[in-house]
Amino acid sequence: MSYALRSYEFWLTAYRRTWRGSVATSIVNPVFYLGALGIGLGTLVNQSPTTPGGVPYVDFVAPGVLAATAMQIATTESMWPVLGSIRWTRSYYAMLATPLKIRDIVFGHQAWMATRVVSSCAVYLAVIAAFGAIHSPLAVLALPACFLIGLAFSAPTAAYSATREEDAAFVVVNRFAIIPMFLFSGTFFPVSRLPELLRWIAYVTPSWHGVDLCRSLTLGTATWALSLVHVVYLAAWGLVGLAFALRTYRRRLLK
Amino acid sequence: MNAATQLPLVHARGLVKRFGDLVAVDAIDFNVRKGEAFGFLGPNGAGKSSTMRMIGCVSPPSGGTLRVLGLDPNKNGAEIRARLGVVPQEDSLDMELTVRENMVIYGRYFGLQRKVVQERAEQLLEFVQLDERIDSKVEPLSGGMKRRLTIARSLINEPDILLLDEPTTGLDPQARHVVWDRLYELKHGGATLLLTTHYMDEAEQLCDRLVVMDKAKIVAEGSPQELIRRYSTREVVELRFATQRPPADIAGRIDGLARRVETLSGRLLLYTDDGDRAAERVHELGVEAQSTLVRRSTLEDVFLHLTGRSLVDE
Repeated sequence: MSYALRSYEFWLTAYRRTWRGSVATSIVNPVFYLGALGIGLGTLVNQSPTTPGGVPYVDFVAPGVLAATAMQIATTESMWPVLGSIRWTRSYYAMLATPLKIRDIVFGHQAWMATRVVSSCAVYLAVIAAFGAIHSPLAVLALPACFLIGLAFSAPTAAYSATREEDAAFVVVNRFAIIPMFLFSGTFFPVSRLPELLRWIAYVTPSWHGVDLCRSLTLGTATWALSLVHVVYLAAWGLVGLAFALRTYRRRLLK
Repeated sequence: MNAATQLPLVHARGLVKRFGDLVAVDAIDFNVRKGEAFGFLGPNGAGKSSTMRMIGCVSPPSGGTLRVLGLDPNKNGAEIRARLGVVPQEDSLDMELTVRENMVIYGRYFGLQRKVVQERAEQLLEFVQLDERIDSKVEPLSGGMKRRLTIARSLINEPDILLLDEPTTGLDPQARHVVWDRLYELKHGGATLLLTTHYMDEAEQLCDRLVVMDKAKIVAEGSPQELIRRYSTREVVELRFATQRPPADIAGRIDGLARRVETLSGRLLLYTDDGDRAAERVHELGVEAQSTLVRRSTLEDVFLHLTGRSLVDE
């Protein structure tokens, strides 16, 4: 058994006590979002002669919210649980007293975050399909895309969380980074509607790449070139984030 | 004894730990032999925990040599940790999980089969008298129970060395005795124990051999009895006074009555081999103490003599 899998097992065990709530959230949330945005707001948007992407609004917004969900789960799971494992439950220290190494702790926890992201996104994708918002079989690739989006957020965020003393910083990160990305990187409307400067900022965010990738897959408009750019860009965030996480974890835990 | 058993399980020469400008451990030397209970006694901040963390391979030494189980913590950290049992100063139990789940998850970190872990968990929980709480969550357990669970957990991999960092700090006297009892039994079972403590009674009860640490250095080494013999007298007369400072002239008057006199806040300590006789002479001199106590010398007295300060802040 790989060593990272051993720390993964801890997260799995710990999750068993909260799974009911989180499974409910991951089904109810997409139904609410797609209901409100797709059917409620969508009936207004659909009256316009040019809908975004030339498709019913629910079809446009669903993959955006899918990508945003991957981002939000990944960041939430890499904030409090990471700091908590250092400061409150000290779970990382328990692991470090055994043959597990820093990399096993990082990879095991990241793998767990990916599990949370991918399983929730799978439910979400099924709900999107139930809303009839999927245009192409390529949509199945949205799941690995969500994995990449998740990693692009969970790895750098975990690296950052491991440097914190207090969780106050997380509120700031959420308010000034995650929520703006949620609102302005193409989730609800095309970034082409943004002023030029903001549009370029949006292009730099991993969330825009994630949203655009998911949307092009569920709508079947994906091109090799752009998809490759998205994948490479998201993977780069993930890999650089992992490298940083190994560094910040080591500094924090092996004093 | 063959050569392998003679090798110290832990060997440190000139071991140093620095945090920036702060020297937490200043070139200390010690050896821990198989089957002995070895203690680091000292006040908070003496460098005990830093030493423990280096031995536990979770804190790279800043200098000197350290060998644990004959291996180098810098190179073979994981391999060494696989053979250590660690009871950290601060509990790292998962409060939301059950006692059993905490044991199982920890055993799995060592790569043990689920079945093996289950069996060992039950035996060990019985050993620490927690078998009745096996399916209870950890959160509501008392401090003493949590400590005992941490001890049981640290034994899940059948470690060659057990590291205990202040195992009874924060426990009430009764809970401490239950923990000591368990450690005593482990010790008699032949386990190698390494523990830090700032309780002299804990060190006296549990340690075959100990080092006294103060300000990052080892100031003395030996068995509790040796240390008392070398640095203290057989008995101590404690004169307690109602005032913060004992009357200034008293120390001078009783000077000849004991081998050594220490002045502490509100009390005078007379170090002598015959406590009753010294107490009598003090009385004859007409010194009015609020109370007089004759007791045996302890490691506390050793520490006081070596460092000029009390072990536990009063």
